[in-house]
Amino acid sequence: MTQQIFAYITHKNGTADDSAFELIVAAKKIDSSASVTAVVCGEGADLDTVCKQVAAVYPEVWKVSNPALAYPNAEIVRGVLATLLPAGAITLVPHDTFGMDLSPGLSIKLNAAFVSDVVGIEGIDNGNLKTVRQEFGGQVSTHVLCDISAGAVLNIRSGSFLSDDSKASGSVVDKSGQAGGCVSRRRFLQVVAAEVGDVDITKSDVLVSVGRGIEEQENISIAQELADAIGAVVSCSRPIVDAKWLEKSRQVGTSGKTVKPKVYIALGISGSFQHLGGLKGNPFIVAINKNSKAPIFQVADIGVVTDLLEFVPELTQKINEMK
Amino acid sequence: MEILVCVKRVPDTAENEIVVNSKGTDIERGDLVYSVNEWDNYAVEEAIQIRDRVGGSVTVITVGDSDSEEILRREMAMGADKGILLSDDAFNGSDGRGIAAILKAEIEKGKYDLILTGALADDGAAQIGGMLAAMLDMPYASVVNKIETDSDKMIRIGREIEGGNQEMSEIDLPCVLSIQTGINEPRYVGIRGIRKVASVEIPVHGAKDLGIAAGSVGAAGARVKRVDYFVPPTGEGAEILEGSSDEIAEKLIELLKSKGGIK
Repeated sequence: MTQQIFAYITHKNGTADDSAFELIVAAKKIDSSASVTAVVCGEGADLDTVCKQVAAVYPEVWKVSNPALAYPNAEIVRGVLATLLPAGAITLVPHDTFGMDLSPGLSIKLNAAFVSDVVGIEGIDNGNLKTVRQEFGGQVSTHVLCDISAGAVLNIRSGSFLSDDSKASGSVVDKSGQAGGCVSRRRFLQVVAAEVGDVDITKSDVLVSVGRGIEEQENISIAQELADAIGAVVSCSRPIVDAKWLEKSRQVGTSGKTVKPKVYIALGISGSFQHLGGLKGNPFIVAINKNSKAPIFQVADIGVVTDLLEFVPELTQKINEMK
Repeated sequence: MEILVCVKRVPDTAENEIVVNSKGTDIERGDLVYSVNEWDNYAVEEAIQIRDRVGGSVTVITVGDSDSEEILRREMAMGADKGILLSDDAFNGSDGRGIAAILKAEIEKGKYDLILTGALADDGAAQIGGMLAAMLDMPYASVVNKIETDSDKMIRIGREIEGGNQEMSEIDLPCVLSIQTGINEPRYVGIRGIRKVASVEIPVHGAKDLGIAAGSVGAAGARVKRVDYFVPPTGEGAEILEGSSDEIAEKLIELLKSKGGIK
């Protein structure tokens, strides 16, 4: 393969994101002999620190320094990449809220194909890159062929390619002078920190977590009663917060809290990757869900396929009777 | 403010189990209940609220077959002023870029200050809004969970970023935003509301009307193609407890005790 592969590096407070070390693994799945170039945008001492970290893994690092890049504004970064990257490049980007902001438009600017939220790469066949994606919240997977002849932008799901022991002593090349004007019609103002709620779900060893399967707001009490019986705290997945049945501070997931309980009891939670992304520390997971196909059963230790609205009150009663 | 909202008709995953057909060429669609994509519904609600605040109109648009008309009517029953259906056999099999190109062709025939999409839909790609913005050369913001309109030149927006934090920005108009769920509480649509708009005419525009060359969209123009559906090998998966609910509850209690799940 003659096309160059680039990896966009996200970083915060002078530390490269884990994805930086996963993208190079994904790149090697496309072309095992590829010389992959990391692109790092930012400014100041933090930028140099990150470039050094990344050069330990990538053979070449392009550094783009500009005060306008102090906060990662995808509107500006898109312009930088569209200016810097050569025609036909294959560009890997982490599929997080920044990558979602950056990449679809970047693919248009580069006239490249775009594949979103890639979880697997199965090589090149006849000029087409074979990738694996998921649809319907992870209920089914698909193989997707991507014509890479004019280049491609691939958004890579976090955790899909585990970082290996790649080592390099890469050179850092300063591309700041060639990156364009860094102006944008969208201007960053500030980050408003998530609200602190009445209960800190990150502090509890045992969580009873509710999802869409709880069906009605009044049924939240079923989860609360189980939690009271076993000394747990009630958390939830995103639809419960969207419906305003529980506070945002109770939400587990990439757009909510990251929790590390010992035991996680998932009631009517389907188990989207965004939800599971907030569940760390390898807890013992019990999933109770009436949909036997729910992705949560793939990661749970114990599953109960049943109507939780009937089963959970029975369970709670049994526990209370034992006391 | 003239607002356009791009919507999509999708299988309702809250109502359906998604099952791959025996050949792996598609999901079983026979018994599926379809509805408007959940994210799009929030986008339409947001558009209606903005219009009610500052004036203007809300147009809902979709690319699809004649079945997609029902979701346009549903969103008009919510309060959208107008619906447009973009439909043509030549559109079938379009990839994300193709869909965005079709939408762009229609959008350029009008004049919109604000274009909304849902943050993502059934395929989870989260791509149309960003592609559309780039094609239209408009600024873009994804996963928007707050919109403040105090000027006709720019608006203030919040994006939902990792950890539940909110990234506030200002963005020049016209722009494209993809809307995250939870930004508002979409209003309920009753049968009566849908009846009211049942006979409103919804224009249908095809490739010719839009000046789209055959082959530039649809399967012929797609560089990204889904080749099959499959259920991945699950690894070990959960141990599913069997028996009467009494027996299951007892087993579960033992397991929870041993793992420190009952204090």
